Amino acid sequence: MASKVLVITEVRGGKVKKGALECLAEASRQKDALGGGDVTALVIGGPSAAGVAAELGAQGADRVLTATADWLDHYNGDAYAKIAVNAIKQESPEVVLVAATLDGKDLAPRIAAHLDVGYAADVTGMTVDGGKLLLTRPVYAGKAYAKVSLTKSPQIASPRPNTFALLEGGGAAGAASELAVDFSAADVGATVTGEAAASADKADLTEASIIVSGGRGMKGPENFSMLEEFADLIGATVGASRAVVDAGWRPHSDQVGQTGKTVSPNLYFAVGISGAIQHLAGMSTSKCIVAINKDSDAPIFKVADYGIVGDLFEVMPKMIEHAKSLKG
Amino acid sequence: MRIFVCVKAVPDTAARIKVKDGASIDPSGVKFVLGPYDARAVAKAISLKEAAGDGAEVIAISAGGTKGERDAKKRIKDALALGADRGILIPDEASENRDPLEVAKALAAAIKAEGEHSLVLLGRTAVDDQAMSVGPMLGALLGAPCVTDAVGLEVADGKATVTRAAEGRQQTVELTLPAVVSGQRDLAEEKYPKLKEILKAGKKKIATFEHTWGDSGYTVTALEPPPEPVAGKIVGEGPDAVPELFNLLQNEAKKLSF
Repeated sequence: MASKVLVITEVRGGKVKKGALECLAEASRQKDALGGGDVTALVIGGPSAAGVAAELGAQGADRVLTATADWLDHYNGDAYAKIAVNAIKQESPEVVLVAATLDGKDLAPRIAAHLDVGYAADVTGMTVDGGKLLLTRPVYAGKAYAKVSLTKSPQIASPRPNTFALLEGGGAAGAASELAVDFSAADVGATVTGEAAASADKADLTEASIIVSGGRGMKGPENFSMLEEFADLIGATVGASRAVVDAGWRPHSDQVGQTGKTVSPNLYFAVGISGAIQHLAGMSTSKCIVAINKDSDAPIFKVADYGIVGDLFEVMPKMIEHAKSLKG
Repeated sequence: MRIFVCVKAVPDTAARIKVKDGASIDPSGVKFVLGPYDARAVAKAISLKEAAGDGAEVIAISAGGTKGERDAKKRIKDALALGADRGILIPDEASENRDPLEVAKALAAAIKAEGEHSLVLLGRTAVDDQAMSVGPMLGALLGAPCVTDAVGLEVADGKATVTRAAEGRQQTVELTLPAVVSGQRDLAEEKYPKLKEILKAGKKKIATFEHTWGDSGYTVTALEPPPEPVAGKIVGEGPDAVPELFNLLQNEAKKLSF
């Protein structure tokens, strides 16, 4: 029987996470290599998650399974895992993909443990050989990369967002069917009693397409207003290195790096950041990196695609002025 | 109340890591420490114990090597010096690329063998393997609810109330006990061992739990150094380079548009 792929597609606020769409697209591209079976998307959530079948079909889902209930509107790892395990037992996929968002990395290992199979987390490369996944994942803050294979079925992996490309054209809406949710939060011993957006107007770093990060070179918290002004002009979110978070200039939630957030934006500006390995661990898979630093020997220039060697206190005002003139 | 804290010996985050023989890292010259997130979990466990008063016990448990640099026993001693009451060592001389599910199975077996357990705490991830898996796997294996990335934790009336730092939002989750909670940095203030505790630590017991390691399917077939970065372009010096930078970002990289 043709081997199937199940992609657990995270939905938030009625929208499918981009990382999940990327996993669907890649599953679709690798369909033949993986055995030729259906690509099925599994959606778990509240009622607002129900209407995404067309969006999933456009990225290659042949079928869409939906499990919704009011109380599942907020992510509940124990509950979502129970639903996913039941779906996997029903569908018998050979491969299960879950985008490596924070919730994805919380969910996938639970499924692996329930099914007693190995799981590869935070995958940055995936090839297929004879129906088997050959996976690459960063370890030691990206100072080394592990090549991993999973010898039991299903093979479960969580690919990092921005690892795979989306499909260009749109496909048909996947045939949709409902999975009954016949248990409650009390049954799994975990109840989400509250959820608050971190900041009403601020995009989360891990979801931002453009990030402007400041480091020790910013010299003080008041100077971050320059980065905030620039970020507003180009639709970016402001991040921070560990040094400025430890100094109390920016909150820990802004920290990018090994003990902060891992981000994969399309464009990353590192302003006054030297490029210590722990910082690179959090942003090295950015699609395009721009460094602004007055030290031409700063390690950040080795990983940057473009760099300006200069005093950020002279460069940033010019960046703001130029962005304003382009916006018109 | 019995609180288990799982800890791991990991390279210091500042260590230079060199791959040797395509399969493992060269441990010589690498300083191994208690994982930074594990340390916060230990600190939280101690403060929960102090709040609970008499009868609460904190047990530090670690699976890892007993010879050479990856010394799990030393990391248990670090936890004892922070105030844990006793330790359990699960020897694993092949710990370097060990499947996280196998680690979770070993920890679950050791915890179950101890009997009553109200709370299992651990760091959100180990900074070497970075899989963020053992916590949620442990919950599944113990049949206990689990929340990751905790920045707040309170225990009362047979329930744990956890504040989770999720993406773009904060969640409050109530768990029935026993429960597994993995901690973020802000779960507790950094704790420094006091001389009195360091001296007491030497007398605290560390038991050994022998475990037969299996194969859950996750196999590291090779370890490689990172790819060489492709040299980028220094666009210019100072503010005069700004217009050309924007030009490249818009027209060459196509990452900016207005």
